[in-house]
Amino acid sequence: MSRASRMVPIALFASLAAIPILREAGLPIGGFLPLIAGRIIIFAIAAMSLDFILGVGGLASFGHAAPLAIGAYAVAILDAAGIHDATIVIPAAMLAAGIFALVTGAIALRTSGINFLMITLAFAQMVYFAAGSLADYGGDDGYSLDARIMWAGWKLSGRGGLYAVSLVCLFAAWLLFRTLTASRFGRLLSAARQNRVRVQSMGVDVFAVQLTSMVIAAMVCAVAGVLLANEAEFVSPAYAAWGRSGSLMVMVLLGGAGSLHGAILGAALVVLFEEGLGRVTPHWPLIFGPLLVLSVLFLRRGIAGIGRGDG
Amino acid sequence: MAEPVLDIEVLRKSFGALLVTDDVSLHVAPHRIHAVIGPNGAGKTTLIQQISGALKPDSGRIRLAGQDITALAPHLRARLGLARVFQITSILPEYTALENVSLAVQARHGSAFRMIGPSSGTGPEPMRALDRVGLAPRHAIRAQRLSHGEKRRLELAMALAVQPRLMLLDEPLAGAGPEDTASLITLLAGLKQDCAILLVEHDMDAVFKLADDITVLALGRVIARGTPAEIKANPAVRAAYLGEDV
Ligand SMILES: Nc1ncnc2c1ncn2[C@@H]1O[C@H](COP(=O)(O)OP(=O)(O)OP(=O)(O)O)[C@@H](O)[C@H]1O
Ligand SMILES: [Mg+2]
Repeated sequence: MSRASRMVPIALFASLAAIPILREAGLPIGGFLPLIAGRIIIFAIAAMSLDFILGVGGLASFGHAAPLAIGAYAVAILDAAGIHDATIVIPAAMLAAGIFALVTGAIALRTSGINFLMITLAFAQMVYFAAGSLADYGGDDGYSLDARIMWAGWKLSGRGGLYAVSLVCLFAAWLLFRTLTASRFGRLLSAARQNRVRVQSMGVDVFAVQLTSMVIAAMVCAVAGVLLANEAEFVSPAYAAWGRSGSLMVMVLLGGAGSLHGAILGAALVVLFEEGLGRVTPHWPLIFGPLLVLSVLFLRRGIAGIGRGDG
Repeated sequence: MAEPVLDIEVLRKSFGALLVTDDVSLHVAPHRIHAVIGPNGAGKTTLIQQISGALKPDSGRIRLAGQDITALAPHLRARLGLARVFQITSILPEYTALENVSLAVQARHGSAFRMIGPSSGTGPEPMRALDRVGLAPRHAIRAQRLSHGEKRRLELAMALAVQPRLMLLDEPLAGAGPEDTASLITLLAGLKQDCAILLVEHDMDAVFKLADDITVLALGRVIARGTPAEIKANPAVRAAYLGEDV
């Protein structure tokens, strides 16, 4: 990896950290930018976890909104029970999403390619409809939180608090996935994408490796779900909608599959398009769609791959 | 005679109405090269796939070093000492030659679930294996950039480096030029010191030079078996195979 490309993730984290600081310093960047940056960070966590299984592992899940929604609904369900302690909410969300991934992954991994895509989508749709049927939590209308989660009595009330926690989570996720990708486990996960039969004939239980990666990715994605619920102070079945799974996939492909930090770039672009162009015209996907096609055609390694020479 | 490394008993497999393995039995003794020859479509690759676990036989028994592996998952067979070189070159294209071999060694001798610490440090085995196949100077090249012949050698190095009991080689000489073939034959002959070999190969000169034992398949059936000299002299083999090929 070149020196320049090692600098990109550092520059990304530095810019995200600078945004609230600049605002505190009184720079006229408005309240809009930190708000958007906060959403970018949360979706970047979800997209990065998808990149680990999709970009590194080649497992094209079209249902990654499911662990996001499970994380969010864990917040809602515990909120209704009056539990806001982050040290309970976050592990509970991760556990629920992990179990979901273990069960559905074990079934989905019996297939590959387009069938894997369809079956993961089907499982996410199940979550979508299940969430809509939770009458105690607003059904299709969704559920408004009573309060945000707290950590050691410290409430994530101000925007700044949640922003800081989200950024720390994103950084931790990046460190985690970078470590995993460089480890023997990660190398074998990537090797199984390159040539499954070869890895099997090396004596590796490819199924177990891939399933483990899906569980890890879902657990991290659930943290994004927890943050998203707290950011909006609202949870609805839309979190599990197939469009959300699709946009997470777009973030990964646009940013550069397998690069991990590309997920931040991809999330930034998608969120900016949604929020920016979405204000100008409700038909923003008409502009975004062709741009995506162009980027897939001409930037095979996504934005993170620009200038790497062999893209 | 020592216990066979591979012991196949009345193996049977059909694809629908097509019987591709018709009561095949064969043994591979330690440190011997056992060649399986036969015309295209004879069922040689299908036989190898049943040994490696990619395909399940309909009936029959396969033993590796005395252990019944007929129903075992492919990766567990590999862990028992089965290494494979595929008819169609099978390597990890994005990794360098050395990384390919190192990963094979790590996967074979360690847990696949080591999640911390970079994936490196496997001792001198991978480099030694690359050296034996003549790829040491090319160790830092990405596997997808290697020539066809080099990829074949890399696959051999991956098989060799894990110190298997039995190597399954499906047409290791296919596509190699005359010069390359000569050096590969020398290399394969040397592999006998390391392990037993089941060799599928169409190049008859190579087979007669390398093999200690030969089994001839035609339409899924064993039509002859014996030493190279016996096979050369066998009229049935000449009619079914050598007549049209040599
Ligand atoms: N998955 C499959 N489904 C149906 N038929 C198959 C399948 N695989 C192989 N066959 C058929 O089984 C027969 C044996 O094929 P196999 O690949 O084992 O032959 P082979 O001896 O390796 O031939 P070659 O020398 O051309 O490599 C062929 O007729 C082939 O068409
Ligand atoms: Mg064949």
